[in-house]
Amino acid sequence: MFRRLPETAAQPVTVVIDGRPVRVPFDLTAAAAVLIGDGITRTTPVSGSPRAPYCMMGVCFDCLMEIDGVPNTQACMVPVAEGMRINRQVGARKVRS
Amino acid sequence: MSAADLVVIGAGPAGLAAAASAAGLGLATQVLDEQPEPGGQIFREIERVAASHPALFSLLGEDYGAGLELLGRFRASGARHLPRATVWQIDDERRVYYRHAAGAASIQARQVLIATGALERPVPVPGWTLPGVMSCGAAQTLLKSAALVPDGRVVLAGSGPLLLLVAVQLLRAGIRPAAVLETPIQRFAALRHLPRFAAAPGYLNKGLAMLRELRASGVPFRRGVRGLAVSGAGRAEAVRYDWRGRRREQDVDLVLLHQGLAPNLNLALSLRCEHLWDESQRCFRPRLDPWGACSVPGVWIAGDGGGIAGARAAECSGALAALAAACSLGRISKHERDARAKPFLRERERHLAARAFLDTLYRPPAEILAPSEPRTVVCRCEEVTAGEIRRLATEQDCPGPNQMKAFTRCGMGPCQGRLCGLTVTELIAESRNISPAEAGYYRIRPPVKPVTVGDLAELDV
Ligand SMILES: Cc1cc2nc3c(=O)[nH]c(=O)nc-3n(C[C@H](O)[C@H](O)[C@H](O)COP(=O)(O)OP(=O)(O)OC[C@H]3O[C@@H](n4cnc5c(N)ncnc54)[C@H](O)[C@@H]3O)c2cc1C
Ligand code: FES
Repeated sequence: MFRRLPETAAQPVTVVIDGRPVRVPFDLTAAAAVLIGDGITRTTPVSGSPRAPYCMMGVCFDCLMEIDGVPNTQACMVPVAEGMRINRQVGARKVRS
Repeated sequence: MSAADLVVIGAGPAGLAAAASAAGLGLATQVLDEQPEPGGQIFREIERVAASHPALFSLLGEDYGAGLELLGRFRASGARHLPRATVWQIDDERRVYYRHAAGAASIQARQVLIATGALERPVPVPGWTLPGVMSCGAAQTLLKSAALVPDGRVVLAGSGPLLLLVAVQLLRAGIRPAAVLETPIQRFAALRHLPRFAAAPGYLNKGLAMLRELRASGVPFRRGVRGLAVSGAGRAEAVRYDWRGRRREQDVDLVLLHQGLAPNLNLALSLRCEHLWDESQRCFRPRLDPWGACSVPGVWIAGDGGGIAGARAAECSGALAALAAACSLGRISKHERDARAKPFLRERERHLAARAFLDTLYRPPAEILAPSEPRTVVCRCEEVTAGEIRRLATEQDCPGPNQMKAFTRCGMGPCQGRLCGLTVTELIAESRNISPAEAGYYRIRPPVKPVTVGDLAELDV
């Protein structure tokens, strides 16, 4: 859904999105890395419909993903890192609060 | 456990100005912010952009670049800054609990400043939960922090200064939106506030310049659009709307929505400080004195979190709260506080002069404040619709948002009502023919951000 402006090259890192290695600039958040593709971060616990990041500032929680094994992580708040595993989150997974 | 004279939550213009002033007055000052870098929403990632992509400055505009001066003052002030620190609670003794890279922690504050800013008002239209629909601010954040631009056909829809700003920033980045759709604005009602607006520093010229830039681009700019709806199978494929008496349809890959800002209240609400309904901004805000004191002793609120006033006013409120906090800690006398406050009070007044016009002009349309189409999702987390809330408000006699929560689970998902609270209030008010103030808002309890049992176990309390 998004692409990098060509005049802003940056060192790439490799992240693994749903098992597929992808090279992205090091200065993205995990949500931004997903938005370079189809943007889908999770499906909802209620109806199972797909969601993508909506606010990119930590308020909507539509970017909840499993990052390096930790579920319910707000992908828009986490900078990418070499080897980071970013997985889509499917349906009901209880968010403790 | 650590301690500070002043703990500032939020590193936007308000928090940065407050921290720089407080540290300058000799207060041990700690800033906590959940973003990786200081700057808040307007100056997001500004130091890194300056260091690595200075080319972005010209397309983001002069207001963005102006933030470097504030960041410089903050860095030189001696105030400490902890990035990626998310505050979930302030307790009765003013201990501030947060989660950061190294886990959960707390800090004892003598005084607390909440400077958590604004969020974009929800824009509940049919289809707004589809992938391929985001807020305008989200697209701007991707541009500022990651130099990412939309790939494909993009439509901006809604109203407000940020909608126009994002449209021209995208144009300067070489992205031509397929259309900019503006929902009805209140030109006639706003007219009587125009003289004060025109006298406020820079606002009228900047607004007109954005409109000129957008018009000159030749991008279809349709004003007075109603009945906005996004549709598609599993993602946004088309946007439909009424314009000049006809239903229109536009194929899209990305829709960017915006309908103005509202204070980010959750932390203040969780303290149970007194809030009031602001009719002109159509939102709740904390009741504050001119220094930013709320009804909880030792807690100050500055910036857009206390009512939408813009970045320059936020800086002034931050500086004023710092003076007041230093005074109540006995660091400066009342006399010194008042003397130092004068230029900030004057400057804030000049910027506040722009509000009445902007708030009136861009008051969100009724059909978006309280969505008329019953299948529109209102609570994105629990997928509760406008129709359901209306029905319960009338047939089941559900009097307010907290009862509505019990009926439907609306507001009980992870966003804690940030994306549905105002809409639920408006829907209940409209259905029951009462004022939004009477309908009230969700009761918000800490933690205001999700915390795990592991986090709690780590705390050294
Ligand atoms: C998405 C967006 C984009 C905007 N873009 C522009 C623009 O381009 N130009 C313009 O003039 N105005 C813009 N505005 C309006 C502008 O943000 C405000 O006028 C101004 O930034 C307000 O400053 P502030 O210090 O009150 O809050 P903010 O700048 O919003 O700063 C608040 C800070 O608090 C932090 N925070 C919030 N909650 C917590 C918590 N629980 N724990 C820790 N930290 C927390 C946030 O991470 C943020 O950094 C934008 C607003 C939004 C929402
Ligand atoms: S995109 Fe909204 S919380 Fe991450």
